[in-house]
Amino acid sequence: MDFSLSMEQEILRNSVRQFAENEIQPVARELDEKEEFSYETMKKMGELGLFGMFVSEGYGGQAMDYVSYIIATEEIARVDGSHAATVAAGNSLGIGPLYYFGNEEQKKKYLPKLCTGETLWGFGLTEPNAGSDAGNTQTNAVLEGDECIINGSKIFITNGSTDITKGVTALCRTGTRDDGRPELSCILIETGTPGFEAREMHGKLMWRASNTSELYFDDCRVPMENLLGPRGNGFYQMMQTLDGGRLSIGAMGLGGAQGCFDKALKYSNERVQFGKPISNFQVNAFKLADMSLEIECARLLLYKACWLRDNDKPYTKEAAMAKLHCSEVMYRCANHAVQLHGGYGLMKEYDVERFYRDQKLLDIGEGTSEVQRIVIARLIGGL
Amino acid sequence: MNIIVCLKQVPDTDSQIKVAPDGNSIVTDDVKWVMNPYDEFGVEEALQIKEKMGGEVTVIGLGPKRVTESIRTALAMGADKGILINDPALENSDALATGRALAAAIKGLDYDLIFTGQRGVDDDMGLVGATLAEFLDIPQLSIIVKAEISEDGKSVKVNRAVEGQTLVIESSLPAVITTQKGLNEPRYASLPGIMKAKKKPLEEKTLADLGLDPSQVGEGARKLKIMELTPPPQRETGKIIEGETPEEKAAELVRLLHEEAKLI
Repeated sequence: MDFSLSMEQEILRNSVRQFAENEIQPVARELDEKEEFSYETMKKMGELGLFGMFVSEGYGGQAMDYVSYIIATEEIARVDGSHAATVAAGNSLGIGPLYYFGNEEQKKKYLPKLCTGETLWGFGLTEPNAGSDAGNTQTNAVLEGDECIINGSKIFITNGSTDITKGVTALCRTGTRDDGRPELSCILIETGTPGFEAREMHGKLMWRASNTSELYFDDCRVPMENLLGPRGNGFYQMMQTLDGGRLSIGAMGLGGAQGCFDKALKYSNERVQFGKPISNFQVNAFKLADMSLEIECARLLLYKACWLRDNDKPYTKEAAMAKLHCSEVMYRCANHAVQLHGGYGLMKEYDVERFYRDQKLLDIGEGTSEVQRIVIARLIGGL
Repeated sequence: MNIIVCLKQVPDTDSQIKVAPDGNSIVTDDVKWVMNPYDEFGVEEALQIKEKMGGEVTVIGLGPKRVTESIRTALAMGADKGILINDPALENSDALATGRALAAAIKGLDYDLIFTGQRGVDDDMGLVGATLAEFLDIPQLSIIVKAEISEDGKSVKVNRAVEGQTLVIESSLPAVITTQKGLNEPRYASLPGIMKAKKKPLEEKTLADLGLDPSQVGEGARKLKIMELTPPPQRETGKIIEGETPEEKAAELVRLLHEEAKLI
């Protein structure tokens, strides 16, 4: 058993950490406050190569393994959740479906610019009435002649309405299967297609510097070749995509927890009460010890899940476990971090309040914690 | 223009440094090793010159196997080739022996310019640039914040900050330039760069390969002996100056600086 990372992975971690601390850290608080997506940091992240990490070189990707992608996401999340969301959604949800299920023409058309970060792509799964019950998708596509005519709407779509969003993959009902259940297919819809409108959503608790959108389709017509993979494969494609996506949400939990720990440790060593640093009080030192322990366990679980994926072994259960556990570890770490900061932890100046807010999405997005438990329970022979 | 960059691996400035029980070295168990920040300026400058004038950038490091990571980082930033001088006899070499070994590795190479940091952030000696230039018998331009290569590639004009003024120096090439903060903003090792670096050549050399005798380097050849390492003294708590008005506070500050701190 070898727990060491490769030299490339170590260099990657150092480089992304430096980048995050120098380029994202100084602007993260203000962007969060203004609820603003930054095209400047987006451009820099693209130049660093944070998009298309697992895509082969032929389509402009970096051809790295999944562990590397997860390390990069973790390091961005250690500094800011919103930017990590842009990266995780950009790769797992935007690029992922196109890369894994697209035909040659679709891949050549969209991937190169997505891999440089010049463009972004959304992933339209969730609907106002289809959240955890994703199979209940209402957005309808009539396949008529050589066109798909789409009607319906999607909600909470990351990267769906930026100025550089080139389009979205939308899960649509394209008919009824023989067993009476809806036939679902993924369709690619480019930004600017008549009848397609993407609106930015505001007033978020968390990830305030990431782009979240509502998508509306009103007799939106796209050519039949915009079907992603075979008709009727949509649900399978979405579930496959979410397996990988869960690893990146896990990375956000892990990185966020690490960020909370690093800030809490630093503050506890500096803050003096009763004549000594507060980290010298056992009650606080134990909190730090617990955080460190939980982060170590979370990292082992997440990296193992990535290792399974990199080695073509089943990883659905481990991905659900990693996503669930890393999210909950960050929940506890953010809670401790704010507690250790005392009154200052409630103020924006110390950033831990942002981590505290940003954490909450991780229990909900890409499958709620409850759904993860269902996935795990099914795969261990329960339910 | 072929450029050589010499780099050192040092403990990350964020690492907590502890003095080892022997009293004259540090505990390295938990140390995170990184490329000396001053050497990063050298790598960046070399890459910028290469991008403008063509040529090749070779990175040379000296030390144990772990130094490979810093060399690969420089390759990921865009350097072309790496050399690691790795020999157990080199352990605890001083600046003289380091310069000697680096010079021996560089002598056979085709080069126009050498960059190295003005000092390592670990022991802050700031001598390797000088010893290296001496062994190669070429000029040394130290603590440089700007470097311009002449169009014919035969000379270089550099700036050094001196007491708020700028000293402009010209030199023929080849020369050693030791780099100072302000020279440039080093780039990040990009992800595509990291993947490309995997395929770039990195050679490892021993003292025998360089034609050096182990007695010329290492602990035995040290001209300088470290007698003792002590951690910096604990910072004392600050003093808040009391007073009703700014004038009163200023007067009190002056009195303290004069009588207690004896600074003025």
